[in-house]
Amino acid sequence: MTTEQDLRAIVISVLTEVAPDVDPAAIDPDTELVEQLDIDSMDFLNIVVAINERTGIEIPERDYPKLSTLNDAVGYLAHAQKQAAGA
Amino acid sequence: MSEFVMPSLGADMEAGTLLDWYIKPGDTVKRGDIVALVDTSKAEIEVEIFEDGVIDELVVPVGIRVPVGAVLATLHPVGAEVPAAVGAPAGPPRAAPAPPPAPAPPAPPIAVPTPPAPVAADGSHRLRVSPLARRVAEQLGVNLATVTGSGPGGAITRADVERTSTVAVPAPPETAATAPPPESIDRQAAMRAAIGALMARSKREIPHYYLQQEIDMSRAIEWLHETNLERPVNDRLLPSVLLLSAVARAAAEMPEMNGFWIDGEFRPGSGVHLGVAISLRGGGLVAPALHDADRKSLAEIMAGVRDLVQRARAGRLRSSEMSDPTFTVTNLGEHGVDLVHGVIYPPQVALVGFGAVRERPWAAGGMLGVRPTVVATLAADHRASDGHTGSRLLTLIDRQLQKPENL
Repeated sequence: MTTEQDLRAIVISVLTEVAPDVDPAAIDPDTELVEQLDIDSMDFLNIVVAINERTGIEIPERDYPKLSTLNDAVGYLAHAQKQAAGA
Repeated sequence: MSEFVMPSLGADMEAGTLLDWYIKPGDTVKRGDIVALVDTSKAEIEVEIFEDGVIDELVVPVGIRVPVGAVLATLHPVGAEVPAAVGAPAGPPRAAPAPPPAPAPPAPPIAVPTPPAPVAADGSHRLRVSPLARRVAEQLGVNLATVTGSGPGGAITRADVERTSTVAVPAPPETAATAPPPESIDRQAAMRAAIGALMARSKREIPHYYLQQEIDMSRAIEWLHETNLERPVNDRLLPSVLLLSAVARAAAEMPEMNGFWIDGEFRPGSGVHLGVAISLRGGGLVAPALHDADRKSLAEIMAGVRDLVQRARAGRLRSSEMSDPTFTVTNLGEHGVDLVHGVIYPPQVALVGFGAVRERPWAAGGMLGVRPTVVATLAADHRASDGHTGSRLLTLIDRQLQKPENL
């Protein structure tokens, strides 16, 4: 199982690939990513695809709003991972 | 024998710098092959050749800036006799369409820092130059052919260019760690200027009229959620794909709005090639063509747009994508605005814009409810159409979106 710290690193790495001009250290973990990184729906979909590729976690479309900030996204993935392991 | 000329990669382009050749004399090419890389100041574009043939001569060497229409290379049909001039050293770029009968050597068509270097008989004039070094050379007026490269494989670096330059090079300004490199600042300034010039021309020449219509998106969004449930994450569709498809199909039914206004008359486009406005990170935008969008499935449009966005941001668009759009769509709603009044991209005659898809109050059948809606706007050229025609286009787009399963 991936630790929460590793999940955070994965999400940050994916975010900076989509928004290469953004300084990873400057991402506010509680501000909306769409606004903060100036990303559109295509970018967001690419983020979801990349997270899926690296963690194996499939994020259904209806859950997109649960990944609106960095902290939310990490929390969501940690929870999804636990559920998958427990299932 | 025919000529391959510097194409116009958008109405705002007057000249381009040849960055690289992907072909050499004797190569067989097919229409649509990517044969060269050209810098338009807005972007680096992969240029496709217009016809089949065998390359005779590369007329313009790498590193030289020539106007639109200048001959870049010559070619002859496959199987035809090879002209005697093959492999002859290339002279300075020729002006198009026909050079005036001037005493030799003819002057380069526009200011070129120094005359192009002689080209080896085998056409091996490719210089290995970093993009930054190329830009610095252009700024300093250094002929790259005179520079000795010290980089890997003899590649010319910025330092090599500056060493060769007789001009005093100002020290690079102190920049913060997060600031973009000077190259990207130049690029942004150039793009800003190019967009400014084109949009000023549009507003000066095109008598715009504007229409708007709010469209009920409940069916479209519901259908999209259902189809996405069945799709693996990589194949999921975005709402913008439905919007693009609806516009493409509407434009196909309204040929009088799909095309160009050139020399005082309307010329219909050959096919519906949607210019998809893509904003670039750090500023600026491009609107490359999604070819034959009216005949593409939603999955094909999704794949096409994803590819365009990726290549637009990586600076790897193709010449046909820059020159072919017949109708532009801007989806500024992605960034939250309710509606957008677009500026037409000359010489096109219409542009459709979409605001954000979001829940809004909606009255129907005497009842007030809440539905996801989008405001579609049309900016159209009054020389080519009237408001009556324009309103039909918006109605057609609305109708398409009420039957998403047919898109």
